[in-house]
Amino acid sequence: MTTSPIPIADIHRPSGKVRSAWLQPLGLIGAGMLLIIVVAAVLAPWLVPHDPNAQSFGRFLPPNAENWFGTDQLGRDIFSRVVHGARVSMPYALQLVVMAAVIGTIAGAIAGYFGGWVDSVIMRAADLVMSFPDIILAMAVVAALGPNLFNAVLAVVIVSWPIYARVVRSMILTLRDEPYVQSSRLLGASSGRTLWRDIRPNVAGPVAVLAALEYGHAVLILSGLSFLGLGAQPPTAEWGSMVSEGAKYFDKWWMSVFPGLAILVVVLAANFLGDTLRDAFDPKSAKAFR
Amino acid sequence: MEQQIKRAWYALPSLLRFVLRRLAVGVLLCVGVTLISFTLTQVVPGDPVAASLGEHAAADPDTVAAFRQRFGLDKPLPEQYAIYLGNLLQGNLGESLQTRRPVADDLAKYMSATIELSIVAMTIAMLGGLALGIVAAVNRDRWPDQVIRVVSLAGVSVPTFWLSLVCLYVFFFQLGWSPGVGRLPPGVSSPVTITGLYTIDALLTGNWKLLWQALSHLALPAMVLAIYTIGAITRFTRAAMLDALQQDFVRSARAKGMPERTVVLRHVLRPALAAIITVSGMAFGRMLGGAVLVESVFSWPGLGEYAYRSALALDLRAIMGVSLVIAAIYILVNLVVDILYAVVDPRIRLS
Repeated sequence: MTTSPIPIADIHRPSGKVRSAWLQPLGLIGAGMLLIIVVAAVLAPWLVPHDPNAQSFGRFLPPNAENWFGTDQLGRDIFSRVVHGARVSMPYALQLVVMAAVIGTIAGAIAGYFGGWVDSVIMRAADLVMSFPDIILAMAVVAALGPNLFNAVLAVVIVSWPIYARVVRSMILTLRDEPYVQSSRLLGASSGRTLWRDIRPNVAGPVAVLAALEYGHAVLILSGLSFLGLGAQPPTAEWGSMVSEGAKYFDKWWMSVFPGLAILVVVLAANFLGDTLRDAFDPKSAKAFR
Repeated sequence: MEQQIKRAWYALPSLLRFVLRRLAVGVLLCVGVTLISFTLTQVVPGDPVAASLGEHAAADPDTVAAFRQRFGLDKPLPEQYAIYLGNLLQGNLGESLQTRRPVADDLAKYMSATIELSIVAMTIAMLGGLALGIVAAVNRDRWPDQVIRVVSLAGVSVPTFWLSLVCLYVFFFQLGWSPGVGRLPPGVSSPVTITGLYTIDALLTGNWKLLWQALSHLALPAMVLAIYTIGAITRFTRAAMLDALQQDFVRSARAKGMPERTVVLRHVLRPALAAIITVSGMAFGRMLGGAVLVESVFSWPGLGEYAYRSALALDLRAIMGVSLVIAAIYILVNLVVDILYAVVDPRIRLS
């Protein structure tokens, strides 16, 4: 992210940048895909031909005119389950990203603004969390808390707040010395007011872009945990656990192919959008990672 | 006294100082990691005793007490942690509740499989990512760049566990090109263990049949594991190359009439490479995480699969051991990367 202080004259820029990002074909495609998926998720009960959990005697049917994506070991319609799956994975991933962004931003702001031992404690904790590959730590946390989707979300929040904390902290270190921040403090504004009124608006844009980039990763890691049996549990129509169910019946390829494709499409759309937004905000950013 | 230590410290070469400082940080991180994994296993609501004894035995108070005593579960927490740390220093990670074997032995057995897999995957990812990134940067905003951008985004978007299944289905089940899951064909075991890496062992002993078997089992999981990292390294290489392409010395080189090929490979790639090295350390961490998913699909007997099985069984010692080892590998790799970077770019030692 930007390490140079943002000049005052540039504060109004982000909206212009966002507008130019929308015009990029890739970002437009990503946004369009996400919109369609969200609408499909909201309207799922009226869109799909079958109840996602209704069992039937037509078990293991390959894709056909009635069951577009085939049926599973209990005769449930996979198309209906995949569409309903969007109602599980997407809101949970959103919840995850918002929680991680809020916690990380607050931690980073406190660390950067107050400095001293508070800074050391928070940032060493961040280093510590980041010294684990994220899914390993998330696995250990879920195993400790008990395997379900909510705990999986908590676990991933625990492993993903440090990235926001680092970005926000480095921004605050430069913003702290800006003349308008200094003058606000001289006028007697409290730390909380300075952080909220003067610093937050500058940090919000980059944090939002980072969150957009992290959204796809959140969907991936949540479905990965569910695939391992540490997230959503059957019979929930969750994409990761559907792939895992399908893997038990290896020759029935349609059981795992379609839910996996759904994950790929959502993550791809989010990454198209996130990548375009990132370019718009910070064109020569070297942050290909996180 | 303090003065003397300080003077002796600054008398050391700056690269050595840098390495020692980074090493100290690495050790501290490892201690922190043990603290985290220990704390985690203490908040387990599921009772590890019940999980490993089974319902019948767990109903008998005497058996439970004996079990708790045998594994030191009846002592106060700080004492348990102190004992654990003390044992750790002697290379003793405790006994797995699940396999009833020392965790250290288990880890040693599983580690080589993960190391072999991730080294091969990382090599594929570095080569592929560098090549794609260079092509994209050189053709900035033209069609090769656009295509590579979409491909690399797809690489970081595809769920690893799903790709593993699909590849296994296509290349093993349908086409028969891949020999299937595991490290070796069923019934075959490595006759010798020198390094634990079957390919290297086979090479050292001149066992060509074993080498072929090991390589053909390795190919598919390594490629699947590399996909995410290829995407990530491609995008980073492109960004680093574009940065370097804007430098004055590149313009000078072009003005001197150097062929574009020389400009790109000699003047642009070299400074970009320093930045790419740092990122490959991070990429390696992601790869170790992805290995859990790939290993579980390919029945690859590695650390990831071990971590997953112990997490499901609430096996305290094993989870602590495996997360410690994986974090230690990750910290070590990043340490090596930092040092490499400092060797390549002396400016970094000053900061």
